[in-house]
Amino acid sequence: MGNFPILSFITFLPIAGMIIILLLPKAQTLAMKSITLIITGIQVILAGFLLYHYNYGMGGINNPATFQYIEKFRWIEITGFSWIGKIKIDYFLGIDGLSIPMVLLTAIISFIATLASWKIDKAVKGYFALYLLLVTGMMGVFVALDFFLFYVFWELMLLPMYFLIGIWGGPRREYAAIKFFLYTLLGSVFILLVVIGLYFSTMETLVDGSKVFTFNMLSMMDTHNFVANGILSPMNPHNLRLIAYIALFIGFAIKIPMFPFHTWLPDAHVEAPTAISVILAGVLLKMGTYGILRVCYPVFPDITLKLVWWIGAFGMINIIYGALCAMAQKDFKKLIAYSSVSHMGFVMLGMASLNTIGISGAVLQMFNHGTITAMLFIIVGVIYDRAHTREIDAFGGLATQMPIYTGFVTLAFFAAIGLPGLSGFISESFVFLGGFAFETIRVITVISTLGLLLGAGYMLWTLQRIYLGTVPEKWKLLKDLDFREYAMLVPLSVIIIFLGVYPSFMLNLMNSSVNSMVKFMMDSRALYSSITGF
Amino acid sequence: MTEFNLIQIAVAILFLPLVGFAFVLFFGKKIKNAYLFEISIITVTFILTAVLLFNKLSWFPDKNIVSEFSWIRIQNLAVLGNISIDLGFLLDNLSVIMIFTVALISMLVHIFSIAYMKGDRLYNRYFAYLGLFTFSMSGIVLTHNILMMYIFWELVGISSYLLIGFWYEKKSASDAGKKAFLVNRIGDIGMFSGIMLIFNTYHTFTFDKIFTQMAAGTLPFNSEFWLTVTGLLLFCGAVGKSAQFPLHVWLPDAMEGPTPVSALIHAATMVAAGVFLVCRIYPILTGNALFIIAVIGALSAVIPATIALTQNDIKKVLAYSTVSQLGYMVMALGVGAYKFAFFHLITHAFFKACLFLGSGSVIHAMHHEQDITKMGGLKKKLPLTYATFLIASLALSGIPLTSGFLSKDGILQGTFAFASLTGHWLFPAAGFAVAMLTAFYMFRLIILTFHGEPKNKEKYDHAHESPFVMAMPLVVLSTLSIFFWYTPNPVNADAGWFLSKWIKSPVLSVPQNARYSFMKTDVVSSVSKEGIADINNSTTVEGKEIVYSEAYTEAMHHAHYPAMFLSLLVAALGIVFAFIFYYWKKISADKLAADIEPLYKLSFNKWYFDEIYNATAVAFTMGSSRFLAWFDMNIVDGAVNGVATVTRWTSSFTGKFDSVIVDGLVNLVAYFSGFIGLILRRFQTGKVQTYLVLVVFSLVIILYLFKTF
Repeated sequence: MGNFPILSFITFLPIAGMIIILLLPKAQTLAMKSITLIITGIQVILAGFLLYHYNYGMGGINNPATFQYIEKFRWIEITGFSWIGKIKIDYFLGIDGLSIPMVLLTAIISFIATLASWKIDKAVKGYFALYLLLVTGMMGVFVALDFFLFYVFWELMLLPMYFLIGIWGGPRREYAAIKFFLYTLLGSVFILLVVIGLYFSTMETLVDGSKVFTFNMLSMMDTHNFVANGILSPMNPHNLRLIAYIALFIGFAIKIPMFPFHTWLPDAHVEAPTAISVILAGVLLKMGTYGILRVCYPVFPDITLKLVWWIGAFGMINIIYGALCAMAQKDFKKLIAYSSVSHMGFVMLGMASLNTIGISGAVLQMFNHGTITAMLFIIVGVIYDRAHTREIDAFGGLATQMPIYTGFVTLAFFAAIGLPGLSGFISESFVFLGGFAFETIRVITVISTLGLLLGAGYMLWTLQRIYLGTVPEKWKLLKDLDFREYAMLVPLSVIIIFLGVYPSFMLNLMNSSVNSMVKFMMDSRALYSSITGF
Repeated sequence: MTEFNLIQIAVAILFLPLVGFAFVLFFGKKIKNAYLFEISIITVTFILTAVLLFNKLSWFPDKNIVSEFSWIRIQNLAVLGNISIDLGFLLDNLSVIMIFTVALISMLVHIFSIAYMKGDRLYNRYFAYLGLFTFSMSGIVLTHNILMMYIFWELVGISSYLLIGFWYEKKSASDAGKKAFLVNRIGDIGMFSGIMLIFNTYHTFTFDKIFTQMAAGTLPFNSEFWLTVTGLLLFCGAVGKSAQFPLHVWLPDAMEGPTPVSALIHAATMVAAGVFLVCRIYPILTGNALFIIAVIGALSAVIPATIALTQNDIKKVLAYSTVSQLGYMVMALGVGAYKFAFFHLITHAFFKACLFLGSGSVIHAMHHEQDITKMGGLKKKLPLTYATFLIASLALSGIPLTSGFLSKDGILQGTFAFASLTGHWLFPAAGFAVAMLTAFYMFRLIILTFHGEPKNKEKYDHAHESPFVMAMPLVVLSTLSIFFWYTPNPVNADAGWFLSKWIKSPVLSVPQNARYSFMKTDVVSSVSKEGIADINNSTTVEGKEIVYSEAYTEAMHHAHYPAMFLSLLVAALGIVFAFIFYYWKKISADKLAADIEPLYKLSFNKWYFDEIYNATAVAFTMGSSRFLAWFDMNIVDGAVNGVATVTRWTSSFTGKFDSVIVDGLVNLVAYFSGFIGLILRRFQTGKVQTYLVLVVFSLVIILYLFKTF
């Protein structure tokens, strides 16, 4: 492989596809769809390639030497700019055990969501062009190691999403799209403020010995790089690290989405077309938790250690609150949306455990939730395409009418309630085992186990209301799955079963990085207290 | 046969039914008789369990054969180093006897179902689910660690869910399946919390390692209290799965499933898994935990027995009887009669499976009539079913020469001994009361179903004895309800191979002073340190031992004959009362029911458990769910929309402010100057005379002003 810039390739390939699509005549819809499918297919292959050559022993997190597939060169350089000095922004990509599961997930979900987009017939050109732009943005977030670049990708994904919901969505699409856009933008503003604050607090030593301000995330994790009087430097007695941490955390928490910032999610999901819901729940939500693990934790370990109880507590609220809200929903898609809120709570709880088992569980849960919830939204899409309603009480007895479809539904539902043998079980169990091992959040963890009961409650109730019982007369014509739907559901089912039986596949992948993270957090306790004296 | 061969056999036993499940599930539609594949698979599995049982008990009767491999390894943990979660097999006498029982009953139920389920729309899938169940159940029995047990525990739960709701088009069936799964989940959450405690303390899930570390003095949070809590939390799993009070409500509803399923899952095997779990974790149960377990068991034995008295659905009577008998086993474990609890588990599995399949045969013959008040006189029509049903009922009632007599007597003896040592006489009282109630309701059932005049003439005329595939399992199971399989002496099970050779009370790991006083082992003279650490291997310890547990054996011995005669007496009384009420009709049951109406209603309405739960827990959950959804939509989202609205108002206000005030001010200035200009314009007449007058006039005014100031 040598110096082939594989990460840039996997990130920007969709842009190339987008350009081709824009150049095609409007009527060539099949070509556009095929190009998108091929591009995302290549991404899956490239992700497989990344995985194949991945070195399991390298930890990443804060040590640039242990990242893999690194690409780094100067991107923007402005010299002699009054008191700011030199501005140097790097194009810095690389992956470690935290990002590779997310890269895999993004590639797989993008491919499957392309299939889910197949029936789009309104402004096809615009749809697929925006879709590919979105894919670039998502992939970029997971591979960027320069905070500025990270932010650029973060914003890049926002705009196509706005249009994809706002143009191709349901009846209240404009409301949902604006809500999504403004809410996320609010979070972005918080993030941007912290990015700037951190920029003026950290200096990187260049090869020639001179020091410049830096956006490099990994430099921000090293206490030696902080300038003495920086606004976010731990040695500055009047630093604003706590406020900055909260701002950054809220910026990411809006994406998770964490209670009470979650209400954009049900609206966005209900209005978005199936494929976009799949992307939204499958990948976008993970950006929030990924951002916290990638940035909040290692850049602000001191504050994280202080606030970890709150992270766990909000995780618990998400789990129970989301589950109870889901139980009361009448719209199938909204119910699944709230179940996402509940399941992302497990990720937060696992993160708060600060030990290897819990964080492994959290990262694994991010991947598993991505696949399971993607499957759930496809399931909703299948039924909506046929019946043009999502009202749960309007259905019944579909198991008789669509037996194979119901088989997949059963699998996905069981995976969502954490049945052993399917992928959700191990991640949830690890989250609980890890959380229980950490004294600070032990009680929270025990309360959170209630989520297991509530989750089973709303899922089985939904299963009963839609699929069991007798078929109403008007649904007697519904057809079972077609080939395209098989092509979406089978790969996801295979992944869910495979990771349920052999979770080590993922756990080994992230093990070194999670260990590095835990070690880094533990070391920071002593390190930061020696700096600041708290 | 080497140990390795036995493990190989165990692996095959575990995974063969899974193969059957997958095959029938995927090819059931394409291959017409796919179910035959599942049946041959289960037959092979049964033969393998027989081979396993025979070889294990012949060649390695005192050895635990363990084999494990690493499933998940998490490396280089900060404090703990490497953690390995293993998959493994534990072959001890307990598990090989249990797996044999499971496979045998499973095979018989498969065969029975060939005829019973004939013509069902999802015939093949039914057998696939049975395969899934057999796989999961084997997993529970064969595994060597608590996490794997939990995994299979959940899988059993899901196969039970699928089979209870097999006729999913009936709402009552899908309701029952859901209820079973959710009620079980409550217990499972407790069990999982116990597992978290265990893992947090011992960093392993493997039973043996936990026991060893505990014997060496490691306790959860270093306290005996938390050890008790751990044991009770794990026991929660058993409360759910074995339908113990207060979570017993799902089992009677589970009778919505096909009757052979009830026989296999909800009578013989799955519900016994809870008892099996308690047997497995017995070494870590403290005296306090055991006492609470005994109380739960006693309540679970008494309450359902009183409910069974008045039920009219043949399967419901048997279901409550099952709960009651499981309560017996749990109570037996709680009072220390470990061997008899497991013995009763096995004997009960056979005769209760026989009773359920027998009821299936009756229901089949009566064209899906389940109400016993509409039956009667079936003795003539179904002689074989009657005979086998009667044998199994005698076993359940504890009549000599049956297996049930031996095991039940042992349990009563255990409660008797426990009471004589500790003074808790309520346990034997409950035990004997239940023995009498059991004999009564079983013979009520038999008399109403098989004796007397047929109540529904039409259905009676069409009734016919079941075909061979249904009759054969009945005969096999009723034969297994006779004493000679277990002991040569029909009145004393102690001498039998089952209790004297195969099943031994486990060595406790619990610290001495947390045990029941009669379970303590102690050493008198000073012993070396290794000796103390090794205290449980009593033979290797030097110095003289006082083994208090001998007191229990002694008490058991003394209790043998009193308990036996008393139990015989109450069983006979129960049967006689049943005959007085329902056969000779000396006393009218209806009149008695009217006389004690409140009690009758309490029993008939199942002590209102469902109503109470619906009014409290279910209503609370649904209510809070609806409230939170409202809260979410109106308050949380309302706040978001509120912010948007306020922003819009603000912007429209500033818009107005801008256009009215700010711009208005600007316009005002302009208007003002315009106004001034308008006035001043009047003076610009262009006539020199006017200007002159004005200049003079102005000068006068100015001069006047200057002069004044």
